[in-house]
Amino acid sequence: MSSTLTSHIRTEPTWIRIILTMLALLFLIGFLFMPLLLVFSQALDKGLAAYFKALLEPNALAAIRLTLLTAAIAVPANLLFGISAAWCIAKFEFPGKSLLLTLIDLPFSVSPVVSGLIYVLLFGAQGWFGPWLQEHDIKLIFAVPGIVLATVFITFPFVARELIPLMQAQGSEEEEAAIMLGASGWQTFWRVTLPNVRWGLLYGVVLCNARAMGEFGAVSVVSGHIRGLTNTIPLHVEILYNEYNSTAAFAVASLLALLALITLAAKSLLEWQLHRQAQSRAND
Amino acid sequence: MFRNTRVLPGFAPTLGFTLLYLSLIVLIPLSATVVKSAGLGLEGFWQVITSPRVMASYRLTFGASLLAASINAVFGLLVAWVLVRYPFPGKRVVDALVDLPFALPTSVAGIALSSLYADQGWMGAGFAALGIKITYTPLGVVVALTFIGLPFVVRTLQPVLEDFEAELEEAAASLGASRWQTFWWVIFPTLLPGLLTGFALAFARAVGEYGSVIFIAGNIPMVSEITPLLIITRLEEYDYAGATALAVSMLVVSFSLLLIINGLQRWSQLSRL
Repeated sequence: MSSTLTSHIRTEPTWIRIILTMLALLFLIGFLFMPLLLVFSQALDKGLAAYFKALLEPNALAAIRLTLLTAAIAVPANLLFGISAAWCIAKFEFPGKSLLLTLIDLPFSVSPVVSGLIYVLLFGAQGWFGPWLQEHDIKLIFAVPGIVLATVFITFPFVARELIPLMQAQGSEEEEAAIMLGASGWQTFWRVTLPNVRWGLLYGVVLCNARAMGEFGAVSVVSGHIRGLTNTIPLHVEILYNEYNSTAAFAVASLLALLALITLAAKSLLEWQLHRQAQSRAND
Repeated sequence: MFRNTRVLPGFAPTLGFTLLYLSLIVLIPLSATVVKSAGLGLEGFWQVITSPRVMASYRLTFGASLLAASINAVFGLLVAWVLVRYPFPGKRVVDALVDLPFALPTSVAGIALSSLYADQGWMGAGFAALGIKITYTPLGVVVALTFIGLPFVVRTLQPVLEDFEAELEEAAASLGASRWQTFWWVIFPTLLPGLLTGFALAFARAVGEYGSVIFIAGNIPMVSEITPLLIITRLEEYDYAGATALAVSMLVVSFSLLLIINGLQRWSQLSRL
């Protein structure tokens, strides 16, 4: 009885609820669902044969390879950084910690275009190290290393910012007990810390990977857009679209849209796991 | 009681690696940019960042970002409210898809929105019939920036709404407040810090956005050219000094926004205790 009373007090008349729900869904349809649907519909517009032809074309395959290579370097690099940063920040007290935390988040607030530009200014032909690099015949900008560097910058905070709050919330009692019982630092990390943070770690890696494979602005500045050589999938989409080859552009784009959907599914699953883990820890 | 926090090993190597990596990837390149812009001199710098074409790009970038963040504040609150309070079929899928703008690469979002809101597009045709052109106009920029900032307000408000105490609403109702009065005087004030944080996050993201905008904007100088695009244009003209000056002006804005957001987040945490 009391619960029906409170639920009556705490909610709006049915017609208002329906109107509000419809308005919210209408907004989401116009801005989220329709663009997503359009990608797949345009990709398959000219049939499956045209779709696969666009994906299996040599320049598309080269773009896919480069995107995979970039992610394969950027994600582990930032994973290593994230673990290292989380360990020293969550397990130890030292002055300047909050400044360090702010600095780690810095790349998120820098425009992607500026993120690319800073490497051009360092390593480009007119950059600080430009003349030296040219003398030694090393090409970083308008080449693969530049693309990797810009991607590392853009995805820099993802793992760290997931791990730090998680490890701070979990405290260090379990690790300290392991050390007291004679475990080495590595053993403690592998057997105690890592199992405790595995879902949060995976969550950071999933987000980091999605951004690494999808980054456009920063990579666009340092890439030079050389087909088959320095084009990632998002850049290939741009080139095809600007050539009015819309079906091929959307076909290649559908790969990235699929990646986004997989990322969202993995994210929901991991959020559920993290929630469950936090609850079972709270009950202990 | 004295608790030795240095029982655990690995402080020096992890902090050392963290600082080294942070310096090499982030701090040194960023400061190099600022130092490089100093080469222009204060007067040259000022000239670059206040030229008419640049000013027009600022007006568009900040104006459209402000408008997009405001749209997201209103509809983000609505979406968060509906997702937390009203049951409807397919709710979990809708909830998960709210993060799509974070996960979908910006070039994909750009071409999709551009086609969708073009004069012959699924959505654009309806607007074109009303005489409203979206793709290749400044309005298109607003559409792209609204898409990009959509998750921020929803995701900052959802936890606040979930934690909201039923007793407060019941007390208001039993004291004779109407539903609207309860919302406006009891619920809304607790949402305000989160709403402003989400607004600021969406705004900050929109100001720097490039990928999703350039496909839909039309990129006409003085009309629909955003500042990040102008940086690239300068770079392609080999005007490195000009590009750097613009980049530094953007960095100053981004960092100021970062400070404001940090302050807002601290405020929302305090008000949630």
